[in-house]
Amino acid sequence: MAATPTTVTTSAGPARPAPGYLQRLRGGDEAAYIITFMAAASILAITGLLVLELYTNSAASRSKFGWNFLFTSTWDPVNDQFGALPFIYGTVVTSFLALLLGIPLGVGAAIFLAELAPPKISDGLTFLIELLAAVPSVIYGLLGVFVLIPILREIEPYLKAAFGWTPFFSGPFYGVSLFSAGVVLAVMIIPFIISISREVILSVPGDQREAALALGATRWEATWDIIVPYAKKGIMGSIFLALARSLGETMAVTMVVGNDPKIKASLLAPGYSIAAVIANEFTEATGQLYTSALIELGLVLFALTIVINGMARLMIIGADKYKA
Amino acid sequence: MKRIVKQAALIAVLATAVASAQQTLINAAGATFPYPMYSKWFDGYHKKFPAFAFNYQSIGSGGGIKQVTEGTVDFGASDGPMTDVQIKEFRDKHGFGILHFPTVMGADVPVYNVAGINTDLNFTPEALAGIFLGKITKWNDPELMKANPGLKLPAADIIVVHRSDGSGTSYIWTDYLSKVSKEWETKVGRGTSVNWPVGLGGKGNEGVSGQVQQTPNSIGYVELIYAVQNKMKTGKVKNLAGAWVQASLGGVTAAAASSKEMPEDFRVSITNAPGKDAYPISSFTWLLIPEKISDPTKKKAIKDFLAWMLADGQTMTSALAYAPLPKAVVAKELKAIAKIQ
Repeated sequence: MAATPTTVTTSAGPARPAPGYLQRLRGGDEAAYIITFMAAASILAITGLLVLELYTNSAASRSKFGWNFLFTSTWDPVNDQFGALPFIYGTVVTSFLALLLGIPLGVGAAIFLAELAPPKISDGLTFLIELLAAVPSVIYGLLGVFVLIPILREIEPYLKAAFGWTPFFSGPFYGVSLFSAGVVLAVMIIPFIISISREVILSVPGDQREAALALGATRWEATWDIIVPYAKKGIMGSIFLALARSLGETMAVTMVVGNDPKIKASLLAPGYSIAAVIANEFTEATGQLYTSALIELGLVLFALTIVINGMARLMIIGADKYKA
Repeated sequence: MKRIVKQAALIAVLATAVASAQQTLINAAGATFPYPMYSKWFDGYHKKFPAFAFNYQSIGSGGGIKQVTEGTVDFGASDGPMTDVQIKEFRDKHGFGILHFPTVMGADVPVYNVAGINTDLNFTPEALAGIFLGKITKWNDPELMKANPGLKLPAADIIVVHRSDGSGTSYIWTDYLSKVSKEWETKVGRGTSVNWPVGLGGKGNEGVSGQVQQTPNSIGYVELIYAVQNKMKTGKVKNLAGAWVQASLGGVTAAAASSKEMPEDFRVSITNAPGKDAYPISSFTWLLIPEKISDPTKKKAIKDFLAWMLADGQTMTSALAYAPLPKAVVAKELKAIAKIQ
C-alpha cells in the first residue's frame, strides 16, 4: 500500500516530452495528476500521522512494559499493571467467529442475488441489504442484548449437548459472551460481504458465462467454476473490509461481550476486545501510564489489523500457487 | 434619503444584537454523574444573569482533571477528589493550586435479581465485599442467610455485574469496599476502573441494570438517581452504626453531616460514615477551580456562580434526585470562595 503512489511519481514524471509546464497544466493532465496525487498522498499522510501519534503517546507504557505488554494478561489500573493479551485474544476470537459465520452466508447470498435470483427479487433484497449496512452499530448492540441473547439462551442447551465435550462450549453461559459478540458481528458484516460481492459477480463479463454454457456446463457449474473464481479477488476484498469492520467494532461488541479481561477457552465465557476497552476506559483514565497503555492498545489494534490482513493475503497467494 | 435611514436603522439593530451576544462564556468539563444537575444550574444561572453563559462538557472525571490541568477549560469537575500527585502536577504547571468545591452528593445502591425473592434484601459490608471478591459464590451463603432471616435464598451461583466503563460510580463502590474490607483494599483497591476479581462488565448504569434484569441470580450496583428514576428494587446496607439503611437522599445528606471533620480542602470520602441514619455508600462530587483566575470578568462570574449554587442552587437538587449538601458544608464552602484570587 505504501509503495504504489511513490513509484508512480518517479516513473511518470520525467518520461514525458516537454511542451512547457504551463501548457501542460492548461491541458489538464498535469493538474489532474497533481490533484489525484495529493488525494492519494493525503491517505498515506493520515495513516502515517496516526501511527506516529499512537507511537509517541504510548511511550510511557512501551518503555515500562516492553514486549511483555503483548503477552501478559493483568489489566489493573489501580496498581498500574497493564497487559494486552486478553483484549487481543477477544478481538481475534470474535472477529474469527464473525467471519466463520459471515463468509458462507454472505457469499452464498451474493451468488444467489447476482446469478440465480429473478432480477425483481434481487433488486428488492439488495436495497434491503444496503439499508442494513447503514444501520448504526449501537442498534445492532441493542438487538444483540434484547433479541439475540434471549434466543441464544434458548439455543445454548442444544449447543452444549452437541459440542459440550469440546472446551469451546463448556462452562456457564451468562448471555453476554465471546460467542454472542461473534454472532452480532457476523450479522453486522454480512451486508458488506453481500453488497460488494454481488456487485463484483455482476461485473463478470457475460461472455465468460456464455462460453461455459456453450461448452455444456450447467448453470450452477458456470456460476461456481467460472464466475466465482473470476470474481474471487473482489469477493476477497469484501471479506477484508468485513474483517476490518469486525476488528474495529466497538459499541455493539461492548454491549454483548461481557467486558471481562480474562482468557478462557470457552466461547460461552465473557471476554473483552481492544476497541471496547479503549472506548470504555479512556474518558476516565487518569495518570500518564494508564492513558499511554490505552493508546498502546490502539497501536496494537492497528498492528493486529495489518498482520491479519497480511496473513490472509499470503494465504490467498499460497492457495493460488498451490492450484497452479 | 428614506433608504439611508432604513439602512442606518438596520445597522443599529444589528449592532445591538452583536452587543447583547457579547457575553462571557465560561468553559468547563468533567464528571458525567452530576451533569443533569449542572446543566440545570448553568441554565438557571444564565437565565438570571444573561451576561454569563457556561459550556459544560460531560466528558468524565478523568477528562475533567486532565483538561483543567492543561488549562483548556476554566474549571473542571470530578466525582473523585484529585490525588496529591495530580494536585502537585497542577501546581507545577501553573504555579498555584486548585480548589475543590463539593456541589451535590450521590450514592451507589446494590441491585439484584434473585429467583423467588421479591422483598428488599439486606447486605452486610462483609457480604458485599465477599460477593465482589468472589469469595461468597452462592445466594444461600451463611453470611447472606444471617442478614436475611426468614427468606428462602436459592442455592444458585451469584453472578456479579460491575461497570465496564471508567466511572465515578465505580469509584464510590470500590472506595466503600476498600474501607470495609482489608482484603479488597490490598487486592483490588479503589479507582474509576479496577481489576475486578469476578463478574461481567456492563456499560453505564443502564448496562449494569439491564444485565442484572436479564441474568437470573445476579447482583450489581447503580447510582441512586438511576435506581430512583427507574423505580428499581434496591438492597438495604448495614452502616457503621449497625442500622439497616435503604438508600435515600436523606440518608446521603446524613452521611455527609455525620462524616468526620471536614478538611480545609474538602477532599474527603464519606463512604462508611458513622451516623445512625447515614447511608454508607455515598459521596460528594466536586468542582475543581483554579486558585488564580486571571480574567477578572470570569473570576467574578465563577465566584458569583458558586455563591448562587450554594444558596439557590441547593434548593433545586431534590427535584433531580440529587442529595443537597449539609448546612455546615455550605457555610464552610461560602467562606472558601474568598480563596479564589
